[in-house]
Amino acid sequence: MSSSFRAFQGVILLAGFIFLYAPIVILAAMSFNASRLVSVWGGFSTQWYEALFDNEQLMQSAWISLLDATISSCLATILGLLAAVGLARFGAFRSRLLFFGAIHAPLVLPEVVLGLALLSCFVALGVGRGFTTLVIGHVTFTMCFTTVALLAAIRECDPTLEEAAMDLGAPPLNAFLLVALPQIAPALASAFLLAFTLALDDLVIASFATGPGATTLPMRIYSQVRLGVSPQINAISTLLLGMVAVAMGGGALLMRLAGRRRR
Amino acid sequence: MKEAPRLTRGQLLVLLAPYLWIGAFLLAPLLLILKISLSQSVLARPPYRPLFELADGIAGLWSKAQTLTLDAYRTLFTDSLYLDAYISSLTIAAIATLVTLLVAYPFALAMARAPANWRPFLIGLAAAPFWTSFLIRVYAWIALLKDEGLINKALIALGMIDTPIEMFATRFAVIVGIVYSYLPFMLLPIYAALERQDPTLREASADLGASPFETFLRVTLPLSREGVIAGVLLVFIPAVGEFVIPDLLGGSDTLMIGRTLWNDFFANHDWPTASAAAVVLLALLIAPLVALERLRYDPKKDGS
Repeated sequence: MSSSFRAFQGVILLAGFIFLYAPIVILAAMSFNASRLVSVWGGFSTQWYEALFDNEQLMQSAWISLLDATISSCLATILGLLAAVGLARFGAFRSRLLFFGAIHAPLVLPEVVLGLALLSCFVALGVGRGFTTLVIGHVTFTMCFTTVALLAAIRECDPTLEEAAMDLGAPPLNAFLLVALPQIAPALASAFLLAFTLALDDLVIASFATGPGATTLPMRIYSQVRLGVSPQINAISTLLLGMVAVAMGGGALLMRLAGRRRR
Repeated sequence: MKEAPRLTRGQLLVLLAPYLWIGAFLLAPLLLILKISLSQSVLARPPYRPLFELADGIAGLWSKAQTLTLDAYRTLFTDSLYLDAYISSLTIAAIATLVTLLVAYPFALAMARAPANWRPFLIGLAAAPFWTSFLIRVYAWIALLKDEGLINKALIALGMIDTPIEMFATRFAVIVGIVYSYLPFMLLPIYAALERQDPTLREASADLGASPFETFLRVTLPLSREGVIAGVLLVFIPAVGEFVIPDLLGGSDTLMIGRTLWNDFFANHDWPTASAAAVVLLALLIAPLVALERLRYDPKKDGS
């Protein structure tokens, strides 16, 4: 390839990654700024982190968000697995098209519309809004993502392996659990993680679906952010970004180790 | 056409839970929105006139059906606030999608042409921000775009400008926010399309005397069409209904429909109008949505 293309390639890659990462890096750097002002460096300080742990409201919301993301992504993974098995293995059953469309709808539905629909449904049913409705909202929202991820994985599985197990006398359920499920275990993990991340991060659906007493962390961050830039928000953002970075780095490392062992 | 097979009892049991969930918490609520959009607004909780209660019986149903009204839709099309919000949403989303494409294409090309052992690392690095909080990534731009923000400070320090450029709370800020947040959605399908291309096609084109630029225009670009279309739809569709970005980075002249709808629902308690706005938003997005579904689910592969 020509050297001018190589130069172009280098410049583009550099510019692209600077665009993607500079805002995040600056945000993280500012969380260690002793000055309250964005554009003035007042020296290194961890005071915003200390203030963070004293902020009971914020800590409580973080707990609610974690709990909600854990429960809702477990449910979404289970429901997604059932839906994916149905779509991949049950042939062209009668209402398949409706089911297929409905399952995929939240992928593309504007979040405000889904939130609005859920809220009016809860109000019409006379259900008090709170933690339960929050979880319901997030399961509905994330289930489509888990279904898509698991559907792809189940299609990759060779059905003849399960057929062999059944020929050898295993009931269909056992054949699925013992033969197919271990094969899609990595997809189950990534589906769960995807649902977890989406639920943890969601602001719009949570704002519609939740009620008093179950304010999530993004809602808390959002209401502070509307008032302007605050170093405390930078601090909690940096912690969240750090957790994602550690999780991704760890995941990549594990995959690498697993790959090496297989060889 | 084959007769659709009936499901066995075990299969029904598997489908029961996801079916009930989707029916109760997705399909029913969406139908409810349609119903509320046809109801009259009243000052009460819930702030619309209820319809179709089982206790009413058939006669009650009929009398209530007569209270159905298109008032909310009439408001929508006569109130310039809504019309402006729709036009503004579509324009901003379209411009932002175009800019995202212009940023993503060279980026994806540079990655797809990198040495093969580098590619997984590069694409991983480019997709990583998707896993971090959307809200935080949008928030990060506030500190950059404000009048006293870092971009203006840097430009003044470099002597390129004397007074700060007004970027925050403008359309520009909203477009930057959308481009930044949705870049991975454009990047990944284009990269996938480019990476799949057989390099011998480009060699053949060069052997036949085409310049590198001509090869790009006549071989690489047409072959990446599917990735471009997928990326454009994946960015445009959510951008139209976007709430967080216009709310945090936009100002009074960037009233997008997601924000208007939110305000109507939470601040004004005008549920029928908000619901009608949601129905119209879905109607506007039907064409791109169908196009996306077609692209994603090739009937030959899926059989549905």
